[in-house]
Amino acid sequence: MNWILLIEQTLNGLQLGLLLFLLAAGLTLVFGIMDLVNLAHGSLYMVGAYFAATFTAWTGSFVYAVVLTLPATLLVGAVVEIVCLRSLYDRDHLDQVLATFGLILFFNELVRLVWGPAGLSVPLPEFLSSSLELAPGLIYPSYRLAIIIASLLAAFFLYWLVARTRIGMLIRAGASNREMVGALGVNIRFLFTIVFGLGAALAGLAGLMAAPISTVEIGMGENVLILAFVVIVIGGIGSIRGAFVSALLIGLIDTVGRAFLPDVIGGFFDDEFADAAAPALASMSIYLLMAVILAFRPEGLFSARNG
Amino acid sequence: MLKRTITLAAGAAMLATTAMAADPVKIGFVTTLSKGPAVLGRDMRDAADLAMEHIGARMGGRDVEIIYKDDEINPGIGKKVTDELVQKDRVDFVTGYIWSHVLLASYKSVIGNGPMLISANAGPSQIAGELCNEDFFSTSWQNDQTPEAMGEVLNQLGIKSIYVMAPNYAAGKNMVAGVERTYKGEILGKDFTKWPDQIDFSAELAKARAAKPGAVFVFYPGGAGVQFLKQYAQAGLKETIPLYTVFTVDAISLPVVKDLAVGSLATQMWSPDLDNAANKKFVDGFKAKYGRFPSFYAAQSYDAIMLIKAGVDAVNGDTANKAGMRAAMKKADFGSVRGDFTYGNNNFPIQNFYLREAIQNDAGEYTVKTVKTVFTAYQDSYHSKCPMQ
Repeated sequence: MNWILLIEQTLNGLQLGLLLFLLAAGLTLVFGIMDLVNLAHGSLYMVGAYFAATFTAWTGSFVYAVVLTLPATLLVGAVVEIVCLRSLYDRDHLDQVLATFGLILFFNELVRLVWGPAGLSVPLPEFLSSSLELAPGLIYPSYRLAIIIASLLAAFFLYWLVARTRIGMLIRAGASNREMVGALGVNIRFLFTIVFGLGAALAGLAGLMAAPISTVEIGMGENVLILAFVVIVIGGIGSIRGAFVSALLIGLIDTVGRAFLPDVIGGFFDDEFADAAAPALASMSIYLLMAVILAFRPEGLFSARNG
Repeated sequence: MLKRTITLAAGAAMLATTAMAADPVKIGFVTTLSKGPAVLGRDMRDAADLAMEHIGARMGGRDVEIIYKDDEINPGIGKKVTDELVQKDRVDFVTGYIWSHVLLASYKSVIGNGPMLISANAGPSQIAGELCNEDFFSTSWQNDQTPEAMGEVLNQLGIKSIYVMAPNYAAGKNMVAGVERTYKGEILGKDFTKWPDQIDFSAELAKARAAKPGAVFVFYPGGAGVQFLKQYAQAGLKETIPLYTVFTVDAISLPVVKDLAVGSLATQMWSPDLDNAANKKFVDGFKAKYGRFPSFYAAQSYDAIMLIKAGVDAVNGDTANKAGMRAAMKKADFGSVRGDFTYGNNNFPIQNFYLREAIQNDAGEYTVKTVKTVFTAYQDSYHSKCPMQ
């Protein structure tokens, strides 16, 4: 076993997992507290990436773009909540799925009108576009390291907000019993707007951090959204702690599967079989994990009651 | 009285010609117009529109109409829209097709049901081999050929070992088979990544770095190519391990990745700087109309319309005369933008392959220039499996 490769792959898994956590945290907050299935969460991720690309082009600096993108996506999230999601809270989940699916189509077309069909690219500042030698022989891209650090900071901020502040207390109360919180005189509409905006800003943060690695393009949020749903199902719907644990689990399993399965299978079977089976199994691994966890703990690893 | 009769006769004649003109030659064009690869579909559609402009939208004395359909890079949807074109719109030709898996799914919907099928990009091994048909023509290549040319380039450069990465679908497998066929050095490892939704290659790049190959060979078309090139540079591999690609560095990805791709080498059967009259007219026309360089997808689509025109012209617009159209198309004398080529027994081109280098030209534009000819009049490896002679 090559230890340097193993450490590098673990860092890769950590980075993917943390990015997924940012997306899943917003999704699970919205679902757990507002009881709203939001398929358009991936669109907010896409909007965050497009904002980052535009602001980078305007200001000439990725750092300024980060500062501008977060409030901008928060604003978009709040507007979407006020304009179209507010009337959906009393409807059943199928209506919400239909409406938010419509939002996906709306955002995709809007982006096509504003930015055109070609993808955009986000250039990185010099100090982030190279790689660092963490230990002798262990070379890691500095930008991916920055993603890990920024995501961990965002996770700590979220923990502080939810566990240590008054608004966090209301969010936790809302997750346990919405009606009671409303009956106690809390402005639940305003709380919902804040929660949705916060979720949108987290999705925007994930989108803007993914932008320099991938192409900013139409529909970029849809594949990631599926993974984010897997994360919240495994973690337990409404639980931020569950989302954190399961996002890291999925990031690690996906990366380790892609990295080492071909060699493992190649050790037992002939090359042709390994070539065909390994990529198929690697892309299945996280869904297998989900199936196993759902079989033993249908409510997910952490349920919202104690999360 | 006489004057009136003549007027009437003239009017009737005019009506007759209008009736003829109202019955245009119909071409169905299946490509990807939504989702990420929409930018490839746009290039193909723009090229077909330019070809229509250059021929005045006329073939064999008849008007021509192109019906564009979106396959959403999904074989199921590609087959569905192909069925619609053949059965509802009753088209005379179906062309387009970026993706091998979409073309394979749609193949039987066209072949044997009347229209002729011209692939403007995808070239799966099955259609070059046992599934070949007299009603199918390609204006592109068989998938394996371009990587075969790259394998030969790697031999000539004396590269001892390579690491291979490609997406896990029909064309990805063909590309890897192609480079394995001609490359004589050692292949230290290969990864097939999930397609089209895997966009993070960190795990595979870490393995490639650990394998310490002499070079990395990849095939990542469209937006995935942009992502790959950026991540390759961010991982610090651009400086340490040379990268050789097929269908990854092109007029679509270059304006996005810019300097990250400059200097990288790729093989292709066409290049915007090929010196022939048809190519000059095409490239200049495309740049003037759309303000950007055409990609090979565009070149092949332009050729597809010109190939169809050659067939329809030869039978004076009588598209029922398929034998006449096939014979004319098989001659491949329509003035291709790639220069002269011939058709093999399986109706895939026997053509040259060039080595291209990504550059920034004097005008500051990112484009490619031809370095040398790798293969001359090169035929694919599957033609012997095709029963047609």
